[in-house]
Amino acid sequence: MDIFAQFFDVLPALQQGIWVAVQPHNLALAVIGVIVGLFVGALPGLGSVNGVAILLPFTFVINEATPDPASPMIFLAAIYYGAMYGGAISSITLGIPGASTAVATTFDGRPMALQGNADRALVTAAIASFVGGTIATLFFTVFAPALSSVALDFGNPEIFALMLLAFATFIGLGGDDIPKTMFSIFFGLLLATVGFDTISGEPRLIFFNEREQTAVLEALGSTDAASSVPIFNSVGWFSRGIQFLVLAIGVYGIGEMLWTINESRYKVTMTETKISASRIMRGIVGMKDAWKGTAIGSLLGFFVGILPAAGATPGSLMSYGVSKMTSRDPKSYGQGNPDGVAAPEAANNSASTGAMLPMMTLGIPGSPTTAVLLAGMVIWGLEPGPRLFEDRPEFVWPLIGSFYISNIVAVLVNLAFIPLFLAVLRMPFTILAPVIFVLSIIGTYAAYDNMYDVWLMVLFGLGAYMLRILDYPLAPAVLAVVLGGTAEQKLRQSLLLSDGDFAIFYSPFFDRDGKGQEWWIAPITTWIAVILIALPIVVWGIRKMRGQTAADV
Amino acid sequence: MNLVKKLVLGATALGMVATATAAVAFEPSKPVDFVIMAGKGGGADKMARLMQSIVEKEGLADKPLVPTNKSGGSGAEALTYMKGVNDPDHTIMVTLNSFFTTPLRQPGLKVDSMAFAPVGRMAEDTFLLWVHKDEGISTFQEFLAEAGKRGNKWVMGGTGKNSEDNIVTDHLNKAFGLDIKYIPYKGGGAVAKDLAGKQIQSSVNNPSEALGFYESGDVIPLVAFTNERLPLFPEVPTLNEIGIGEPFAYFMQRAVVGAPGMSDEAQAYYTELFTKVYASDDWQKYKKSKSLMGDFISGSDLEDYWATQIERHEKILKASGAIK
Repeated sequence: MDIFAQFFDVLPALQQGIWVAVQPHNLALAVIGVIVGLFVGALPGLGSVNGVAILLPFTFVINEATPDPASPMIFLAAIYYGAMYGGAISSITLGIPGASTAVATTFDGRPMALQGNADRALVTAAIASFVGGTIATLFFTVFAPALSSVALDFGNPEIFALMLLAFATFIGLGGDDIPKTMFSIFFGLLLATVGFDTISGEPRLIFFNEREQTAVLEALGSTDAASSVPIFNSVGWFSRGIQFLVLAIGVYGIGEMLWTINESRYKVTMTETKISASRIMRGIVGMKDAWKGTAIGSLLGFFVGILPAAGATPGSLMSYGVSKMTSRDPKSYGQGNPDGVAAPEAANNSASTGAMLPMMTLGIPGSPTTAVLLAGMVIWGLEPGPRLFEDRPEFVWPLIGSFYISNIVAVLVNLAFIPLFLAVLRMPFTILAPVIFVLSIIGTYAAYDNMYDVWLMVLFGLGAYMLRILDYPLAPAVLAVVLGGTAEQKLRQSLLLSDGDFAIFYSPFFDRDGKGQEWWIAPITTWIAVILIALPIVVWGIRKMRGQTAADV
Repeated sequence: MNLVKKLVLGATALGMVATATAAVAFEPSKPVDFVIMAGKGGGADKMARLMQSIVEKEGLADKPLVPTNKSGGSGAEALTYMKGVNDPDHTIMVTLNSFFTTPLRQPGLKVDSMAFAPVGRMAEDTFLLWVHKDEGISTFQEFLAEAGKRGNKWVMGGTGKNSEDNIVTDHLNKAFGLDIKYIPYKGGGAVAKDLAGKQIQSSVNNPSEALGFYESGDVIPLVAFTNERLPLFPEVPTLNEIGIGEPFAYFMQRAVVGAPGMSDEAQAYYTELFTKVYASDDWQKYKKSKSLMGDFISGSDLEDYWATQIERHEKILKASGAIK
């Protein structure tokens, strides 16, 4: 009942805020923002962070032109939302995740499209996004100040335990071949270590010094190994580390496409997709099959989203994993289960609203996009932080009001554009495949402004094609690259804190600061993760011993 | 006071215009590549985007500045990129102290900080020692006692290894016989959050990073590593004025540099441009609200400043064993 009381307390402020948000100029900004975001998000390589960063200077014009301090932020928040909706579009129609937040959407969205249900997948994604975004906004409205303290309770050991949980939830994603899945995860983790290390400040695996370069060239049989130094620009190639999108676009844009071409032997593989108002209606009605994924995604996404350093990507991955784990029919995941589209899509929208929370109440961005939003707020003369809600209600409430409005605008715009996105699928594959290759190259360059990353992307694509032929699951490698960097950093920061004692993760009684406090969050999370990881391995081991194959069960 | 400052600035700007027009005037013929040697969302990034928006808002340049983040390897990526650009007249960069330390620590990069064109120093960022209010500490002396008692259970969070924060922490440990444990983070925001959440016991954040939690009363500053008290924190003493140990002050440069090989005409153009940015109301307001110090310097003054900074950082890094 407390919750309702709290809700009614903020109701007048919210009402006022929504009123400001539906003023014609703010509504127009929301609509334009959503449309821009939708297309930015739909292009592989460009995500919400690019859209928001590119249009940041434009907000100064808005700031001068409108009387409301919230108007520029309403515009940027609308782009953010639009991009979250848009990310699903390329995941479903092209099979390339438009952004890291939409990786999990490809797992079932792509199979649905190949079965001729692209329209249904897109409708499911749009509605799940709407539900996720709206539920998160409701939470935001009621609990914002209270929840900000939850984020503060998550220190390094807690975040690492959470990352472990994220890995645990998708250990089953790779299919039944656990050794191959493990290989894929470890390969991803290895790639995640490339670059300059935050903790020691030293370069790792970048063939930085002359001796290493010479050794590599000698191993490759080069004759002029001892000559000109530096032999190749290793700093340019590797110093930023292996960026997630470089691997994801390589795997999905190049590797998968080559594999599809090879499998189909130049035959047209795209199934026909029809579109009509009645099919969209049927898609909306069909949402009842995906309510569970939507619910899991909305709740889990929001919670993971409010934790700084986590953000929408782990949120959507964990939601997919949990949805699959709790399903009565986990085998249907990966074959085009609408729940598998709804869970990550509800989660990434819910998480992006959640990520606004630490940004506004603590001044800590939970994702790269909110980092740019934060920079924007500073430039408009706002001080995001613990006092923002009290000091600047004339900014905060219209913005929250605009979250509700933007979500409604986004779902309507998205549904209206679905026929256009489906037109993509009607292109013959012989045209579509080259278009995807070109988009992959442009997208990689656009994301990082760097030709080295484009070459790396192509190399990964060719490598992924080989591994695909050998039947290795690649999704775990992509996920490991996304989470590996944060997980490793948090692991090592925690171990520095504990002088190398792993008890900091599993024991609530480990004394972190010499004051004898008890810490429960990390141990509980760790134990759940350990059980989840051990379970399938034990089951697999037992089956192996009994001489059964996995397919028999 | 402010008027005098503005007049002086105006005069400097005029002087710059005069020198610029005396030489063959340079105008960029295409958008200018504006490199940021840090990731999106950090202090350097915020500042660079503010400069870009001031240029745009006030219509100071015909061609836009296009920000590009090159965050790899504590600036290693940005520095090597700048060294290799084929159009140095259209490439400028926002720098911090990794401009000095990274070339010292990574001689393999073969980057010479002094080869960059000294466009202008926009400010010097300051460092303060922060603790959570629940520690029950309100003076530097109490901090020394408490941190000394807890030994290596007292944890300092900071941005990066061998970075500015690490240098200040090393100094505290050495000068006062402490055993504070330093944990490197990816950015100042994460450090501020973990201090507010009592995950760590202290930080040496820049004011811009800690301001939010200071205003909400979660964290308190104990001492400033500056020469004079900061106007924003008039009640906080400087380490020098407390008078324990050797005098110590430490700053972070916030400067704009041109790519090595930039022509004198282009350098004069950018110096004039950033003199105007510096003099703008928005920049002055930002500088004041974030407690930034330092006046605008450029040309040979900036080069002299770099030379002293490089010498000082070489000494500091040698003392801590980071370089031989």
